[in-house]
Amino acid sequence: MNVSNKRKNIAKPPLVQIKKRTNIPSWKAWLIRSMWFLSALFTGGCMISALGYKPITVFFEMAKGSIGTATAFRETVKIAIPLLGAAIAIAPAFRMRFWNIGAEGQIKIGAIAASYFALYWQTVLPRPLLLALMIISAMIAGGVWALIPAIFKSKWGTNETLFTLMLNYVAQGIVKYLQHGPWKNPSSTGFPRIAMFHPDARLPRVFGVHFGWIIILAIAIVMQIYLKYTKHGYEIAVVGESERTAKYASMNVSHIIIRTMLISGAIAGLVGCIQVSGADFTLSDNTASGVGFTAITVAWLAKLNTHSMIIISTFLACLTKGSNTIQTIFKIPASAAGLLTGIILFFALGSEFFIEYDLAFPFAKKSKSIIVE
Amino acid sequence: MEPALRLVNISKSFGDVAANSNISLDINRGEILAVLGENGSGKTTLMNMVSGIYYPDSGHIEMAGNVVAIRSPRDAIDLGIGMIHQHYKLIEVFTAAENIALGLPGKLKLDRAAIVKQVIEIAEKYGFSIDPHKRIYEMSISEKQTVEIIKALYRGSSILTLDEPTAVLTPQESQRFFNILRNMRNDGKAIVMISHKLNEVMELSDKVAVLRKGMLVDLIQTKDTTAQKLTQMMVGRTISLNINRMEAKLQGLRLKLDAVSCIDENNTFVLDNLSFSIFGGEILGVAGISGNGQRELCEVITGLYPLKTGTIEYFPPDVSYAVNLSGKTPLQIRRLGIAMAFVPEDRLGMGLLAQMDMVGNLMLKRYKNGRSIFADRRSPRYMAENMIDELELVTPNVYTPVRQLSGGNIQKVLVGREISSNPTVLIAAYPTRGLDINSSHTIYRLLNEQKDHGTAVIFIGEDLDVLLELCDRILVLSDGKAKGILDARNTTKEELGLLMTQESSTV
Repeated sequence: MNVSNKRKNIAKPPLVQIKKRTNIPSWKAWLIRSMWFLSALFTGGCMISALGYKPITVFFEMAKGSIGTATAFRETVKIAIPLLGAAIAIAPAFRMRFWNIGAEGQIKIGAIAASYFALYWQTVLPRPLLLALMIISAMIAGGVWALIPAIFKSKWGTNETLFTLMLNYVAQGIVKYLQHGPWKNPSSTGFPRIAMFHPDARLPRVFGVHFGWIIILAIAIVMQIYLKYTKHGYEIAVVGESERTAKYASMNVSHIIIRTMLISGAIAGLVGCIQVSGADFTLSDNTASGVGFTAITVAWLAKLNTHSMIIISTFLACLTKGSNTIQTIFKIPASAAGLLTGIILFFALGSEFFIEYDLAFPFAKKSKSIIVE
Repeated sequence: MEPALRLVNISKSFGDVAANSNISLDINRGEILAVLGENGSGKTTLMNMVSGIYYPDSGHIEMAGNVVAIRSPRDAIDLGIGMIHQHYKLIEVFTAAENIALGLPGKLKLDRAAIVKQVIEIAEKYGFSIDPHKRIYEMSISEKQTVEIIKALYRGSSILTLDEPTAVLTPQESQRFFNILRNMRNDGKAIVMISHKLNEVMELSDKVAVLRKGMLVDLIQTKDTTAQKLTQMMVGRTISLNINRMEAKLQGLRLKLDAVSCIDENNTFVLDNLSFSIFGGEILGVAGISGNGQRELCEVITGLYPLKTGTIEYFPPDVSYAVNLSGKTPLQIRRLGIAMAFVPEDRLGMGLLAQMDMVGNLMLKRYKNGRSIFADRRSPRYMAENMIDELELVTPNVYTPVRQLSGGNIQKVLVGREISSNPTVLIAAYPTRGLDINSSHTIYRLLNEQKDHGTAVIFIGEDLDVLLELCDRILVLSDGKAKGILDARNTTKEELGLLMTQESSTV
């Protein structure tokens, strides 16, 4: 009955005030990033010491194992290629606010299509034609796989996040079926697997790494131009910002959604082809192995800028390769190495918050200004 | 007398913009204080600090001689400060009484009878009319407002701040509302009302605080000032409130709606058998309380809302045939070569892209021009630069996201873009809503220029004074039906107001 009108002792300002920054000079942003990177190393270092290792040596070996030697760097690049490719693939979809978390499945479907030609057409076709056919079929297959949720979304308004996620499992199921059934290598003993590709169906190497890195780098450059300067790119940005505005501007929204997802899926399919014919030389249920999801982290850290994705995917690949190295050298458990990678990533994401927002501590300020009489 | 609340040297800035600088203000019991100012003058920011939504950068607030820190709306409620926002925060499926009791401490089982009894007591004391058992979704806007105010009173608020409370009310409802505010004042409550309607301020308030560019220009007794003086303080210089209206040089028939009906997702008629014509070279005003079919009318003409029955015909200038627009999509209308411009009510959600800069926004309707796969960004940039000069648009540069601009400048971008397409039909929905006097006049000038060029202009308005001064003819909409088309030069506000509310008063 008696409504609360109690006077609490509230003569204290709030502890922290969070304010969005309007603009921040880039040197300051990089200063914040490097500060957080150092804090990440410190926190990770504490963890390493607690496990009984010397942090400096571990970090040194991590760096050496990922970029220290030409061989190590080539391995790192191999890890970075599918990551970058998948991140580029989801960039146009995410720019359109179409949450395509199905890159994983689109990669697998692309890989299946490429594998079909690699396994059954390698005797019929000359090498350049075979490779071209593998690439094209993978892109079409990935594109079609992405097209399904796009059509459902634009016609019936289904939820694309769930839809693309579920299609990942369907793709995984198809790969398993092929591996255990029709495509099983009859000569392999033990665990069922698909045969290795004929050398003709393998991508040529440039500077010791398969040709895929050139393709993906080229796409990274072209995609940024596509998104930023073309009419299509503008339409994608408008649909992403507001579908109502797009309709108001007489854009054909469903057409744009379908076209963009076709591109997104086609690039993911291409990544699948590059992965099987450049790195694995076969199709297995380990193809893709989560890059479709890690790519989401890459895409966000890069703020959907495909040029920044080059740096970020390389950085992530260094972390992965580096943590593999320290596992072998120091016998640090895989979980601890994973934890270390997690800490660094967490701090990297955290630093973006501090770049975006300014924290003020009015209470601290106020207590300083108290005049003692 | 001890003030109820004393603001001392309050400052607050957002980024580089000082929204409030060094404002000191006393809020007294038994007094209605009007806070007057143009858009962006810092009225709402100031009130948000009183009600705990923002926290001041410097300065402090005193209550009964003690410094208090209002860190959250919760603190404000505990201190007896209630805020009535412009957009009501009510749960649609709950009854009035349930909404009022919501969020308050109490026993596990809600004692509805006691709440209802207390709500009725409050209502009788101040003269509200309310049915505590009515659900919010069945209520009119003024009833919802009543619920919000009673909610604040129920929580023991003795200081009430209201953000543009009459913006959504009809003239008749406003009068009733003023009486309630007077009753509350006489009961010793402190009332702060944000407004930019001068006549209201003059009629109702005891004291006026005038803000300009975040600073308190003056705090005066209402009886010692005039509307003219207040305007002067608000805008800094005298501006003629007169809108220039030229004689209409009528061109041919441009657009004809015949028995147009539309239904919404609940199968109720939002436009009901609506017929009217509009000629080139005139401004046709559409009057009505918001939500009586205005939005659907604009959108059905532009092809954004599905037409149920009836026909919409367009008559191109200089030819004698008609083009049927019924059921065409915006893309089809565009492909017919019809230059139709539309300034929608929802500026940032529909007309513009809030996160994009001026260049990106000006491209919206012309990016497809030319054969290149690349979008031309150079000509919209020149266009943006010209627009900044011509319309006195204030922005750091053409690459600032439009959401960071003030309301008036946002609207100038939108109207400027729509006019740049040399339209033959221009539909403007509430183009001056929330704009200050200067920006409003720029918009009126642009609309008049279009009329002079022979464009058929449809102006959806809510301020009856503006409709009467700007338009040539006024169509009154109520419940999706046309209540009549009046000659704006020979009609009165009362006549319009009566037509607008006819439906609701007879039902």
